[in-house]
Parts: sequence; C-alpha cells; structure tokens
Amino acid sequence: MNITRRVFLKNGGIAMLGLSSLPLFLQRAVAASTAAAPGSKKMVVLFQRGAMDGLNVVVPFGERNYYAMRPSIAIPQPRRGTADAAIDLDGFFGLHPSLQPLAPLFHSGQLAIVQAAGSPDPTRSHFDAQDFMESGTPGLKSTDDGWLNRALQAAPEEKASPFRAVAFGPYLPRTLQGSAPALAMSDIKQFRMLGPQQTVEGGFEAMYAQTVDRALHGAGQETFEAVDQLKKINPDTYQPANGAVYPKNAFGKSLQEIAELFKADVGLEVAFLDSGGWDHHVNEGGVQGQLSNLLRDLGQGIAAFHQDMGDAMDDIVFVSMSEFGRTVRENGDHGTDHGHANCMFVMGGKVKGGKVYTRWPGLSPEHLYEGRDLAVTTDYRAVLSEILTRHVGNTSVSKIFPGYANDSAHYLNLIRV
Amino acid sequence: MEKLSKAFKGKLPITELTEDEAALHALNRLGYGPRPGDLDNVRRMGLDKWIERQLHPDSIDDAALDQRLTAYPTLAMTSQELLEKYPPENQAAKKQGLTKEEYKDQMDEKRRAAVAQVKQVSDADRAQIELAKIQGPRRIVTELSMGKLDRAVYSDRQLEAVMEDFWFNHFNVFENKGADRWMLTAYVRESIRPHTMGKFQDLLLATAKSPAMLFFLDNWLSADPLASKQYQQEMAARRRRYQGIFMAGGYPPGTFPGNPMPGVGAAGAKAKKQERGINENYGREVMELHTLGVDGGYTQQDVIAMAKCLTGWTVKEPRKDPRFFFDDRIHTNGKKVVLGRTFNYGGMKDGEEALKMLANETATAHFISTEIARHFVSDNPPAALVDRMAQTFASSHGEIHEVLKTMIYSPEFWSRETYRAKVKTPFELAASTARALNSQVSVPVQLAQWVGRMGEPLFQCQPPTGYSDKAETWVNTGSLLNRLNFAMTLAGGKMIGTSVDMESLLGKDATGDPQMVLARALDVFLDSQVAPATHEVLEQRLNDPQIVQARLDDPVKHVDEGMIAGLVLGAPEFQRR
Repeated sequence: MNITRRVFLKNGGIAMLGLSSLPLFLQRAVAASTAAAPGSKKMVVLFQRGAMDGLNVVVPFGERNYYAMRPSIAIPQPRRGTADAAIDLDGFFGLHPSLQPLAPLFHSGQLAIVQAAGSPDPTRSHFDAQDFMESGTPGLKSTDDGWLNRALQAAPEEKASPFRAVAFGPYLPRTLQGSAPALAMSDIKQFRMLGPQQTVEGGFEAMYAQTVDRALHGAGQETFEAVDQLKKINPDTYQPANGAVYPKNAFGKSLQEIAELFKADVGLEVAFLDSGGWDHHVNEGGVQGQLSNLLRDLGQGIAAFHQDMGDAMDDIVFVSMSEFGRTVRENGDHGTDHGHANCMFVMGGKVKGGKVYTRWPGLSPEHLYEGRDLAVTTDYRAVLSEILTRHVGNTSVSKIFPGYANDSAHYLNLIRV
Repeated sequence: MEKLSKAFKGKLPITELTEDEAALHALNRLGYGPRPGDLDNVRRMGLDKWIERQLHPDSIDDAALDQRLTAYPTLAMTSQELLEKYPPENQAAKKQGLTKEEYKDQMDEKRRAAVAQVKQVSDADRAQIELAKIQGPRRIVTELSMGKLDRAVYSDRQLEAVMEDFWFNHFNVFENKGADRWMLTAYVRESIRPHTMGKFQDLLLATAKSPAMLFFLDNWLSADPLASKQYQQEMAARRRRYQGIFMAGGYPPGTFPGNPMPGVGAAGAKAKKQERGINENYGREVMELHTLGVDGGYTQQDVIAMAKCLTGWTVKEPRKDPRFFFDDRIHTNGKKVVLGRTFNYGGMKDGEEALKMLANETATAHFISTEIARHFVSDNPPAALVDRMAQTFASSHGEIHEVLKTMIYSPEFWSRETYRAKVKTPFELAASTARALNSQVSVPVQLAQWVGRMGEPLFQCQPPTGYSDKAETWVNTGSLLNRLNFAMTLAGGKMIGTSVDMESLLGKDATGDPQMVLARALDVFLDSQVAPATHEVLEQRLNDPQIVQARLDDPVKHVDEGMIAGLVLGAPEFQRR
C-alpha cells in the first residue's frame, strides 16, 4: 500500500498511533507535512554543463550579422513548409528545429525564454564559470555553499523530509552544497540497501549515527532516512501520465524520476539535474549534428515532464542555465569557442510564457562583448531572484545572492504575481 | 607518546603518530592501503627504507603484476592495432559491405561464440563470460580499467600506481569523445606512465604530443587561417598543373582527415569546408588546468597566442593510424607573445618552447605543488608546505620525485591533523577494500563497474578538469549507500570475478566465534584503530540472528563472516585514508 503523508494525516494516523511510536523518519515526515503550507512551491533546476551555444538554440534569425558570422552552422530563417529551419517565436527569434516539442509550450504561454542572460563575470573557464554560477557569487571564489542550498537555508524546515532537495546524479552539485541537507542519487531503483535490512542497514545506520566524523555523520543520517522512506514507493511500476514519453537516456530518466518523486509526495521541493556534452569546439552542426542531437533530447525531455506533471505544473517552476555562451563567430573547425551570454528556459504554471524576454544587445561588431561574444544584458540572478521571490515566496533573496541587489526593478516580470 | 626508533623512521619528521599509525598512514597515502601482512613488512623494513624504495620504483620487482596484465592483450597494442581489431561499428560494416543491422547481428554472433567458448565451472568463469560479452570497441576501455585496478591492487610499486592515477586525472582525456577510445591505451602507456616521477616538463610535452590529448582538446584541427588558405591555393595551382594526378603524401591541410564527427551535412557547410582557423580549446586548458592554474595570471590574448604557437600540432589519420604530426603548412609563423615573452622561432619550436616556458613558470610550480599536496596531504593543504614544495619544483626544474620527497619528509605530512583526513575516492575505496580483504581478483570486470556505480566511472570523466580530489564531492547523502553496498558485496563474496577466503584472512580458529571474527576483522582491516562508538555498534550486531545462525538441532554456530567483514569495511573509519 502506498500511504502518502497527507493521507496518513487525514486518516488521523498520528492520533491513533501517537507520534512517539512512529519510526524517526516518519515522525519527521509527518511533522514536515504539518509545517509546509499546502501546495508549497517547487523548483526544478537544470544545469547544462560545457556552455551551450544559445545563439543556435534561440536563434536571432532577424539579425543579418548572425548569418554573416556563422556561414556553416547558422540555422536558416523560418520558412513555410520546411522543418529544416528555425521555428518562429516572435518574428525575430526562433527555436532550433530540434526543439519542436517546446513550441506548443511556448505558444500556450507555459514556457518563457530569456535571451542574452548570464553571469557578469568575464571568465571563459568552464570550471570557474560553473563555480560562480552555482555559488551564486560571480567573481568570488571563497563562497562555500551553493545558491540553491542558501535558498533552503533561508526557509528552514526543522524536520524536513530527506527528499526536500534532491540532485540527480552521483554527486551533489555545487549549487546544492551547503549546510541544508540535500540528497544525491543516480537511480531510484538502486537506492536501497543490499542484504538483510535489520542487520546491515541497522548496523550502518547506528555506526554513522555515532560517528564523530561530521561529514560522514550527516551523509549517513540522511541516506538511511531516505532509504526508509523510498521503500514506500514502487519505482518499477511507474507509468508517466498523459502519454508522456521521456527520452531514453540519463537526462530523460532523471526527469522521469523527478516527476515520480513529486507525485509520490515524499516532500520534494527542489530538484536539480544536469546534462553534459555542450562544449562544441568542432563540428557543432546546424540543423543537424551534435548540438541538434542534444537539443532533441532536451526538448523531448522538458515537454514530457510538463505533460507528465499535468496540473501539478501549476506549483512548479523549471529553469535552465549554462555557464556561458559561445562565440558569435564560428571558428575554423565549424564549432564555436567560449563566449559570454546565453539563453535560459523558464517553464511552469505561473510563468508568463509565450515571450522571449531580452534586452537584446545586437550582434554588430561594436555591440559584441570584447569584440566577439553576445553581451550579457540580463544577470542570471535577476531571473532566479524573481522566481525565488514571486514563485517560491522566499523573502531572503539578498542572502541567497549576497552582493547582488535584489531589486524588483531588475525583474523581467516573467512570473505572474 | 612512544619515541619512534631511528631504524624505523630514519629522517622522517614523525612526532605526533605512533609507529603503527605512521606505517598505516604511509600505506594509505602513498599506496592503495594495506594488504594483510603489509604493516609487518613496513615495520620490519623500516618506514624510511620503504618510502625510499617507493620513490625509486625501478628498484622494486613488479614481475608478478606484469605477468597478470598479460591477460589483457589490448594493453600492449598500438592505436592502429586497436582500430583494426575493434573497429568503429559504421566503419567496419561499410568495409565488409554490410548494413548496420547485419553488422550488429555479426557482432552478436561473435559474442555468443566467445561466451560459448568459456566453460562455466567456477566463479572466475562466470566473470570470463561477462567479459566475453564485451566484444566491440568497449573492450578496450574495459581492459584498460581492469588493468588499472590490477595495478592498484597488486603492484608493489604502490606510489607509482598512485601517481599514474593522479597524472592521468590531471591530464584527463574522456574515453567517449570520438576517436579517443582507441588512443587512450597508448596515452596511458606512453605519455603518462613513463613520466609519473620524472620531469614535469617531459610529462607536459608527452601529453601535448599525444594524439589522445590533441584530439580531446581539438588542437589537431587548429590551423592558421592565412597559412592554410595559402597552402590550399598552392595545392589548387599544382592540381591544375598536374591535372588528374591525385596528390600523395598525406591529406591537404585544408580538409578534415577522417572527419570524426557526423552531422555537418548542409550544402553550405561543404562549400565552406576549405576555411580553417585557430581553435583555442587546448591553448586555454593547457594553461588553466595543466600548468599555471586558473589564477595563474594569463589573459585571453595569451590564450590566443598560445593556441597560435601550437598550430600545426596535429594527428595523422586519427581513425586509422593515429600519430602525432607537425604540419608546418598550417602553422602560424611570425611573432606570438605569451606571458610577455615573444616566440618567433617558426615551426614546431614555437610550441615546444612555449610549453617549456609554461612548465617552468612560478605559477606552475605552485599550482602543481598544490594539486599534489591536495591529493596526498589534505583537501586544503598547509600553505607553508605548498610553498616549500613549489621551491623544490623550481630549484629542481620540475623533478616530480623531488617535490614528492619534500612533501613526504615534511612534518605536515605526518601531523595528527593529516592522519585519516582524506576521504577515499570510489577508485581508492575499491582498490583498498580488495587489498584489505586479500581478494583474489581474477577478472575485475564487475569491480570496475562498481567503481562507476560509486560515481567514478574510469576514463569517463567528460570535462578536462578530471575528477575532484575533495571530500565534499564524494561524501554526500546517497553516494554513501553505494559505498556500503559495495563493501557488503565484495566481502560477502558476491562480486563476480573476485573471491575472498575469509578463513585464511581471519584465522581458522575464529570460525564460529563472532567475537573473534569481529576482533580479527578490525585488526586486519583497520589495525584496530576505530572509535569506541563504532566498536560498540559492531559488538551489538553480533547477536543478530542474521549474523549468527544457531539452530536448535545443530549445536554449531554458523557465523556470517562476510557480513561482519562488510560492516567493518563500511565503517566510517574505512572511508578515509
């Protein structure tokens, strides 16, 4: 039987059993569901590692310079009757044709796009740029936690579910590192203890509960709680709703598992996933090719998630980012080198979609950043601050992005108030 | 605090650790942890002598490992041989005139035949079957990973094995990028292994000239736009003169030999194919990741100039017979200024001299010393130690074993604070667990898969940064679960291709006595150095019916020794080194 926390509450389970007779993890979960407001707001964060070429994703087909500087990889202007061209969004920008599944979401107002966004720091190092974007403090290396973890810290839940924040993958990303508990997992199905439960799990649980090793102690406690709680859901039988079909790869699997956890009502508030392979210095391709293949999975995955979540999408905002964009000019190898601004996708119930939000800097040589890259005209923190403030209802954004003025005047107004 | 004998510690400045702790520390940091008996060996030989030998790996006979590695024939093959024996699917199908499906059927047949050849009698045979299933190009990285595990578990040149892992990770190449999977074997064997303890400059140049690195960071395609255009025009003129005669002698530099990536199919792309240019990828990473470090004081202009110095450093026939090749025809001649120094030698010397300069920069000495100290000492190594190591780096012109010596003969290396301060990476955990259990590793195919499941798939790190060397990456909620499951699987004898003889490990007299099994396991795996709390929890488990299966009609207690061993190996203390 699959007892969700709320059902358990409704049936007066606590009253009947008394809190103290419940296992620790369940006590926490019950308490958490009492504390959390009904329909609390959730976030899904995607990090595209390697620097996606945003100019070939949300294509400025109205710019002559775009075509002049990308002779072999540009996406052709939208044309009736051909699928091998940009999909018109607003007469100036178009989606890469491999992102076809996103077009209906855009036109129905569920999906917003931010173009020319990014971190103000000039670095073109993947490592530093990811670090800065994830810490939420561009240019500052000493920050030891991630912005999303600080968002959790700002709204502490004393008895939070072990699934409050989950990163899908083998490690906890910088974005989620910090003092607020967060969980990393690669596969729901493998998230269990091998061997006799009482003996092995009990033994390890006690050992890690006792250890003075702080790092291991915390990791252990949360792990065992999560293992216990996950036993209640049966991942083998999960069927995506509304005919949603996820791409058959790690990215699709992670998105599906996020949907699964949301629906299982285990207290998930923040989900993080990442995807790699965006660093196309050579043979990036245009309508077809390497980038196109990645975008096909991206579009299908996001659309499937939206479809699968259905009405529950009203409480969710999905947002994507990549450490920087790529050079406007293609290089000598039909690829692009490290650049500056990029695009972000923002999707969900409260999102005012159907619009490309941008203070478009233009692609003429004098408007390029350092003479070569798309300039950043929207700080990515403006987008995240707005989501945190207006969707999540977080009131401590200035602590989440220290050194950045959280001023609603910077907001793009892409979340309905 | 006991005073350590001169014979044991020699010149090592050990003041805060006991003899046992110091020996254990050395085995854990300068190797992949103790096997049963190793502590006694170090005590007998003396720690100073043991370290001295590790610093001179050629003085240690490693024939047993070499013999073991002959089980993996690909390890000795050239990239060309690997491409012939394990060709890319599409290429092989085309060559044989088969469709993709037909070729797939043929490979399935080959797999079945290979599996049928293995007669399943023992557990080792089951592992052989697992291995026989891997027939295509994936076989190469499988053997490479198994060889790496064998080296860590069995080599007596432990420090050299650690350094090989360290340098590969420093000069990381991702197996799954195009043709790199056929080049990695030679890369590890010829570019990394011979230089692990030698001169940093030699190591840097060896990687810079390796097809694997040139391909991974795209330098093989980087070309001076003007030079290549000029060359193309000359070629065209010559073609007109010798009409109909196809030019022999390599590929024309304006084209893409063995174009590695699919996808540029548009007609527009083909027309533009003749234009080539500078690719900054390697020029940047060689400064940021390999030498100066990200704060090493270089600019975007330095990146471009460095890339220009390295134009023409390319790979001949990456899909057939990958070899380093300097192509003067696409090199940027003329002045190039990197870090304020002008390079105007012309030809290959531009790149060589620029790399030599980078290898010997102060920033490089500091960055490399920091990375080494982070691996061997602590996540945030003491600044004073790093400074002394950097001084040694500078004064010895980058002699790696001298830098190691400065580190090992420092009080910081032997401080209480350093002891058990590092969290094991999944690879280190796998190797050290196998060593602690004295496992007989016949075919570590599943062992390698577990390293991946714990988060460190070998040779599969996509970003050029390599895997993290910091605890926060590896200790997180969730990853711990895989580590504990790994310990239970290996100790429980459930890892295919790996067997454990508990009786000889823990002593025959302990059989049936849970108290003694636990005491022996703690002694063998952790030299009995565990927190009282850990000990207490383990004691409590001993009455568990799953561990001690006593039946009313059978007076003999059956103690699950694998489960006790697994619990000890999963303890917090074993996660650290």
